[in-house]
Amino acid sequence: MKQDEIIKAIIASAGDSPETRRQYLLQYLCQIQHRLSYIPGDAITQLAAMLQMPAAGIRGVIGFYAFLHEQPRGDYDILLSDSITDHMLGSRMLLQQLCNSLGVEIGVPRADGRVTVATTSCTGICDQGPAMLVNGQVISRLSGSRIDRICKLIETGTNISQWPAEFFQLEDNIRRRDLLLADETAAASPDGSALRVLLESGADALLDVIEKSGLRGRGGAGFRTAMKWRFCKQAAADNHYVVCNADEGEPGTFKDRVLLDSYADSVFEGMTLCAGVIGASRGYLYLRGEYRYLLEPLAAVLQQRRENGLLGQRILGKDGFDFDIEIHLGAGAYICGEESSLIESLEGKRGIPRNRPPFPVTHGFLKKPTVVNNVETFMAAARIAALGADWFCIAGTAESTGTKLLSISGDCERPGIYEYPFGVTIKQVLEDCGATNTQAVQVAGAAGTTLPVAEAGRCIAFEDVSTGGSFMIFNNERKLLDMVQNFAHFFAHESCGFCTPCRVGGSLLKDLVDKLVNGHATQYDITAMQQIGALMKRTSLCGLGSTAPNPVLDLLERFPQLVEDRLAHSGYEPAFDLDAALQEARDITGRDDAGAHIEAST
Amino acid sequence: MSAANTFRLDGLTIEFRHGDTIMDAALRAGAYIPHLCHNPEFTPHGSCRVCVVEINGRRVAACTQPAAAGLEVDNSSGAIIEERRNLLQMLFVEGNHICPGCEKSGACQLQAVAYYTGMLSPHYTHFFPRRTVDASHPDTAIDFNRCILCELCVRASRDIDHKNVFTLSGRGIDTHLTINSPSGTLGDSTFAATDKAASVCPVGAILPKHCGYDQPIGERLYDRQPISIVGDVATQETDDHGEEHGG
Repeated sequence: MKQDEIIKAIIASAGDSPETRRQYLLQYLCQIQHRLSYIPGDAITQLAAMLQMPAAGIRGVIGFYAFLHEQPRGDYDILLSDSITDHMLGSRMLLQQLCNSLGVEIGVPRADGRVTVATTSCTGICDQGPAMLVNGQVISRLSGSRIDRICKLIETGTNISQWPAEFFQLEDNIRRRDLLLADETAAASPDGSALRVLLESGADALLDVIEKSGLRGRGGAGFRTAMKWRFCKQAAADNHYVVCNADEGEPGTFKDRVLLDSYADSVFEGMTLCAGVIGASRGYLYLRGEYRYLLEPLAAVLQQRRENGLLGQRILGKDGFDFDIEIHLGAGAYICGEESSLIESLEGKRGIPRNRPPFPVTHGFLKKPTVVNNVETFMAAARIAALGADWFCIAGTAESTGTKLLSISGDCERPGIYEYPFGVTIKQVLEDCGATNTQAVQVAGAAGTTLPVAEAGRCIAFEDVSTGGSFMIFNNERKLLDMVQNFAHFFAHESCGFCTPCRVGGSLLKDLVDKLVNGHATQYDITAMQQIGALMKRTSLCGLGSTAPNPVLDLLERFPQLVEDRLAHSGYEPAFDLDAALQEARDITGRDDAGAHIEAST
Repeated sequence: MSAANTFRLDGLTIEFRHGDTIMDAALRAGAYIPHLCHNPEFTPHGSCRVCVVEINGRRVAACTQPAAAGLEVDNSSGAIIEERRNLLQMLFVEGNHICPGCEKSGACQLQAVAYYTGMLSPHYTHFFPRRTVDASHPDTAIDFNRCILCELCVRASRDIDHKNVFTLSGRGIDTHLTINSPSGTLGDSTFAATDKAASVCPVGAILPKHCGYDQPIGERLYDRQPISIVGDVATQETDDHGEEHGG
């Protein structure tokens, strides 16, 4: 099909009115990008006309998402996962090898249009990294020899569908099962048991069960699920919406990928249950662009549920119980895991967080009452409805009932998914996954907490160490500063840029961390980091900005010796290297003699 | 005035109406809360964070925080003023703000709020970004070096002029203002100097041509009285153009 026809076919799938179509802008752009490796100017012009919106507005959306480009990326668009756990498994060397073999610069398409190599934030394959995405397909367990084979396939122009199947093999790596994952067969077939309970007992009784279970949001914030659903149910409106947040972008977490891979039916059951409770007829699964390869299997599960009467019109034969689920893709933006940004993105816009109040439970998707819950939360809610509150409360602590899925990666023998009752100690987790010689654990991802092993007696629970599921282990051989630097760069890259403290503060902090790592920082810079970090925490609009300085602040507070050892032994060091600043002048004049350098720096 | 519809701002009792934010009520009462991205003619934005105040130990943006009865709002503690100063310093180092060489000096809200909060230097490391100047339009110039991303021109062009001339693109520190026209320049956009968007810029990013330094330095908006008394740039410009008073 010609380029023009591809664009036309994609846009033709649109709804009727320009408003409806505008909600799908991001989805069209994702499809065009996927098919053509970029968004041509023609496509922007056509979209602008059909959606009745300014072309610059469309470009503004493209400019926001890391996976969308206005220039061709080539036949093979390679993105190496740049998470700290990938680094620890040697990804930086493999990146170099890849660039050298293919003769490309990072981020710059090769002149013949064959290939682009770049890095991307954590792809959620931390337990079987290093990982890369090739045209949206994931390749795990990269090694020098695997990179060699990939380069050959690219040079011979072999279609990705012809690449060895073992490249694309992903493991679930479920190492410990508890309440949610205990029943392996439950994953396989469409169930409906939670929905039957809902139809028998009614929405209010079901809300009481969920309330009694004490279920709290599994994304990390821990808002009480029954309360959220009740607020939404009570909000008067002609439409209500259910949204599943599958934008699992927190570095080091991959449990939602496993749930969507093997337990999708339970997740959809939970969403349908929520719809029945709050009175929604439409739901969305917002799937991060990094998990595009799950799109087709998930669509198949949805279709199976429709065929089994668990989705669509008259669910389980009940008049008026109509609900269907649509999958929307993200396009490389961590901020869209924040629920109000996710809603903006779902509406096809730049993923900028909203001012609150009003909250999504009253003014969410299209300003209608909306429940946004994590993948794991919906699954837990479905199981609680089917098996009862007591079944759930048996595990966990008084404040944090039930279990939590941990995504364990880094320095341990058995990385993977571990389901634990809340209240488990970090020490226990470290023992179970075979971590030895541990220096520190990063719990809850880049936005979380860095704990020295001396604090391993602490518990995973909302009232102690809260986490959305990320658990990264660093042994004594690791330089923790590398981790902090990786996270500082991550946050600067992922800031949406809306509010001043996060946009500017995050970049200032990144530069100061670089200065520290390079051995040029002084006590003055340490004070500046503390001050900028505190300002970001207090004055940022959303959770990204207020948690972004955590790794830096944790380092300064809990590992002062590591910082001390890297300080330059002077009271003040300029922020710039005077000699390096002369490089441009040297380039222009073609000089490189001693007189063209600052004496002190040579 | 009853306790049911009042809150306290630095001990001062402020009356509010249903639907007011802290900023709305304070502006009406003539109490000054420093701000840049807020303009009462437009939907509150909350991006610059300069109007940060403290309520119950929590920092909120006064322009987006709904007023509620009995609130104790801290608008002037040392900590709040220092935070505002730091946010302003961030805006100064993010762009290229060379006050002595700027046509807007003396009538610039960024500069005036910086004076008001006692900012003496930019403090942080300058980014020195490479940005352009767009002089393609016959009546108006845009100096992107001075843009603070308040989106007032975006909002004015979209909501009042109904032209959608401006929008933001990019992300994070690369966020930047763009123009909706075939070439991306102002000259071939539908922008006109009489647009609302031409008179809302709080800094020297959108400037009228052919009238540089008409008003001498020393006699400008904020040269004799602080911004807390004079008010915003946008309300003054509306007066200058003989239009209805915005505030």
